[in-house]
Amino acid sequence: MGIMLQYLFKRLWHTVFVLIGISMISFFFIHLSGDPVMLMLPGDASTQEIETLREQLGFNDPLYAQYLRFAGNAAQGEFGNSLYYKVPAMALILERLPASLELAAAAMLIALVVAVPIGIVSAVRRGSMVDMGSMLGALFGLSMPHFWLGIMMIMLFSVKLGWLPTSGRGSLAQLVMPSLALGMSLMAMFARLTRSVMLEVLSLDYIRTARSKGLKESVVIYKHALKNAMIPLVTVAGMQFGFLLGGTVIIETVFAWPGVGRLVVQAIFNRDYPLVQATVLVLSVIFVAVNFLVDMLYMYLDPQISYFEDK
Amino acid sequence: MSAIHDTQASLLEIAAPRLRFMAETLREVARRPSALIGGAMIAMVLIVSLSFPLFYSVDPLEQDLMARFTPPVWQDGGSWHYPLGTDNLGRDVLVRLLYGSRVSLLVGFSAVLVAELAGILLGLFSGYYGGKLDSLIMRVADIFMAYPFMLLTISVIAVLGSSIFNLILVLGLSDWVTYARTIRGSVLSLKKKEFVEASRAIGTPHRVIIFRHILPNVFSPMLVLGTLRVANIIIWESGLSFLGMGVPPPMPTWGRMLAEGRLYITDAWWLVTLPGLAIMVTILSINLLGDGLRDALDPRLRNV
Repeated sequence: MGIMLQYLFKRLWHTVFVLIGISMISFFFIHLSGDPVMLMLPGDASTQEIETLREQLGFNDPLYAQYLRFAGNAAQGEFGNSLYYKVPAMALILERLPASLELAAAAMLIALVVAVPIGIVSAVRRGSMVDMGSMLGALFGLSMPHFWLGIMMIMLFSVKLGWLPTSGRGSLAQLVMPSLALGMSLMAMFARLTRSVMLEVLSLDYIRTARSKGLKESVVIYKHALKNAMIPLVTVAGMQFGFLLGGTVIIETVFAWPGVGRLVVQAIFNRDYPLVQATVLVLSVIFVAVNFLVDMLYMYLDPQISYFEDK
Repeated sequence: MSAIHDTQASLLEIAAPRLRFMAETLREVARRPSALIGGAMIAMVLIVSLSFPLFYSVDPLEQDLMARFTPPVWQDGGSWHYPLGTDNLGRDVLVRLLYGSRVSLLVGFSAVLVAELAGILLGLFSGYYGGKLDSLIMRVADIFMAYPFMLLTISVIAVLGSSIFNLILVLGLSDWVTYARTIRGSVLSLKKKEFVEASRAIGTPHRVIIFRHILPNVFSPMLVLGTLRVANIIIWESGLSFLGMGVPPPMPTWGRMLAEGRLYITDAWWLVTLPGLAIMVTILSINLLGDGLRDALDPRLRNV
């Protein structure tokens, strides 16, 4: 347990470092263009307005002082007011966050529930029609932009057939298309991953031992092989959760889903940079937190890992 | 005279194993049907994208308001004048798709080049020199990995403004981490090989070891990774374009065609279907080629 605790602290320290880096990027990106105040105001703003906003946002202070203030406030969840909505940015994000998390979680769930069995069957019946068919399907799934898939589904299921509502959030029917569209490429990726990991595990000695002991094939596959195959799957699933949150940016726009993705896109068009900054930072922190949890889970699933050797 | 002859002979001796290796690699790649099909498909896409003005020179911006929403030729009301129909302003969909392919391919391949260049350099130095430099580069890589890619690119593009150049730079520079990590891993194991230790023992300068001895050995993983990433970048580029943050108008792009077509989803199916199909065919061929290359050259990358 000593080593694990040490590893936990090492990981925590890494996480803190990453968070500091992320806060720096989030802070500095609006300075990329030179004067951030000019970005936030319409082109015909008067000198008076420019000066007021600059003073208000503290842009007259030296850069490091601005950063320290930003980081200090951010650590307390304080990002200032949205320029457009005139309310605290954090409140807006917290209001929209559940919708995005719901969408991402639904996409992840659909992807795993569909893909893992497909991957297992493909691995067990390697080279069969089922295997080739599902791998071809997975290739198509990987090659389809998710927002296009979303539009195609709207065209078919909403416009042509009238089965599902085109947009909005609230009912289960409204969740079906966005989560399926968002989860499709992930599903394809998981199916391929499960298949290749299962193939690898199934060729290992302990599986041969289990079989030669006369265990039922289903026990060998689902109890012995799958347990080890889960390890890389959990890691990738954890890493992909962050990408899912990023992916919601477009899919929320397609389905008018009231989440943070749509919030940030609108904020960009409204030149509402404090809100953009806050959203980006909050999503990154969630991503880092999820990765940290996955790492801990990983440690639990695979006690053999050597925690101090760099890969 | 004989000195020259000797040089030639030794050149041949040096070249022969390399040529043999290349031939073997090519044979290995050619044995994979997916690599062949994907390679042929993407070659076709490239050739058409580069050469179409020779046989289909139509102005992608010309509006024919009398012919708005003309369906594709095989449907009632379609005509050969507009093989794939027209959009809401009566512009030719086929030629706009063809111009869109140029944007996607240019951004896709160039951004990957930028990412490879940055990733290879950082990965080589990180793996070869180790120590503090390595920790620093890898921690920065952690930060980039933790940043939601899509958000990073849209926020930077929103600040910098979108142009082909900015897109290539931003997409490329946000994607260096995968390359750097893969390269670093390979360098760590190569560093312990005899040929590297031997050249270090005879005093070969570091930069020669890095660029002449180690770099050629990481070529195949980089080729495989790069190919597969082109597909991702093209999807991202079309996504940005879809959100209105891609290459600015009037240049037609697949993403913007989709965004515009979405408004007419009830009456003009081709406006939302065809650009997506174009993206899918392109991505599919790149993925097929990438899968084939990976299986032939570097099976270790299977889970990337």
